[in-house]
Order: sequence, then structure tokens, then C-alpha cells
Amino acid sequence: MACFLVPGTEAIVTTIVTAVVKKKEKNDLKKASYEGTSAAEKIGTKFSTKLGWLNKMLWGGSALLAFEHIWHGEVIPTFPFLTAIKDGNVGEMLAEMGTAGVTMAVLVTAAWAGMVIVSSIIEKRQAENTDSKEVKV
Amino acid sequence: MTLLITVFAAIAATLLWYKNAPDNSMRYGTLALIYWGASLMWFADAIFEYAELGAEFFTPAAADMLNDAYLGLCVLALGFIIWIVTLLIKDPKGIIRKMSVKKNL
Repeated sequence: MACFLVPGTEAIVTTIVTAVVKKKEKNDLKKASYEGTSAAEKIGTKFSTKLGWLNKMLWGGSALLAFEHIWHGEVIPTFPFLTAIKDGNVGEMLAEMGTAGVTMAVLVTAAWAGMVIVSSIIEKRQAENTDSKEVKV
Repeated sequence: MTLLITVFAAIAATLLWYKNAPDNSMRYGTLALIYWGASLMWFADAIFEYAELGAEFFTPAAADMLNDAYLGLCVLALGFIIWIVTLLIKDPKGIIRKMSVKKNL
């Protein structure tokens, strides 16, 4: 009915968060390079890049799902744009958004969290290996 | 069928990304993430459909399967369009920028 609106809304929020985090990272890096601290030399994937993975999954998935809803006639080009609202099935639509829509958003976010955890572990191991090599030398 | 087609597209895009990594100039990772996002969302949808239909979920009518397959292919095309538009806007190889500079000269 309109389940894609839930991950779509999450995509808007995460895109704004990404922009804020990106700006903060840029400022931190500038500050660190002025002060000459080690933060400027910090290696690994930036958190804003990791948030970008979530954005791509949410925006891409929502767009393809929205197309599926157009295909099935659940989204229409005229106001109110959703057949459920036009037919007076708002309650049913909200229930579907609360179940299927929320599950979609949670599933994508959980998959992203898994990706972030795995990449963090790999980066940590790499950093440890580099440190131990430096100690040996 | 739509879910299946999207999952296969996601796997193919992931393999392409892995084969070309760390070179990210073609942004295959973006394509993979678009298809994985859609696959996960359709998977959630399939869970609810299975809860409603039970075993009947696995034996769809031929006409429904054909329509879903057609939808799956259209979804693939839309995913490719989103990816190619993103690629041309970001222009990681700088080809479009070089072309526009040449035209201005």
C-alpha cells in the first residue's frame, strides 16, 4: 500500500545525518591538521562513508519499491497519490506501514549495522597488524 | 519472482564490485547496494505474504509469476538507470568534465 514510505522517510533522516557528520569530520580534520595531531593521520573508512552505504540501500530500495507500487496501481499520479487514501483505507494503510514498512526499515538498518561491525573489526585487525609490524622493526 | 531477480542482480553487482575493488571508478558498489536494499525490502514483504498465505506462497499461478518476472526485469532496468545517472553526475573518471572543457576551448 505505502510501506516504502517508512524506509523512504528513514532515508531522508539518514541523508541529513550524513551531511551533518560529513561537515563535522571535515572540521575535525582541519582542526587536527592545524594542530598537527594524529587525528589527521587516522586511517580507516569514515563514518560518513559508512552512513552513505545505508543511504544508498534505503534510497535505492525505496525507489524500486515505489516503482512496484506504481506497477500495482497503489501509487497514482494524481492527488492524493495513494489509492489507499483515495479509497478510504487509511487505517489499513497505516497498519501495513507499521508492520511491513517498519520491518523493511529495521532489516535494512540491521544489515547495514552488520556491515559496519564487520568493516570495523577488519580495520581494527589491520591497524593491530601494522602496529605489531612497526614494533618488530 | 521479483525478489529472486533482484537478489541475483545484487549478487552479480557485488561480484562485479569485488572483482574491480579497490578501483571504484565504475561505482559498482552503489549498484550492489541499491539492489541489496530492494532485496531486503522485498524479503520483508515476502515474510508477511508467507505469514498470510502459508505454503501457497511457494506455488504462484503461472500468470502471476510471469507478471512478477516482467516487473522484476523492469525493476532491474530502473536500478541500472539510477546507477548510470549517479555515475554520470559524480563522473569519477572526469570524462564529462574533460569533454565540457574541450567544448569550451
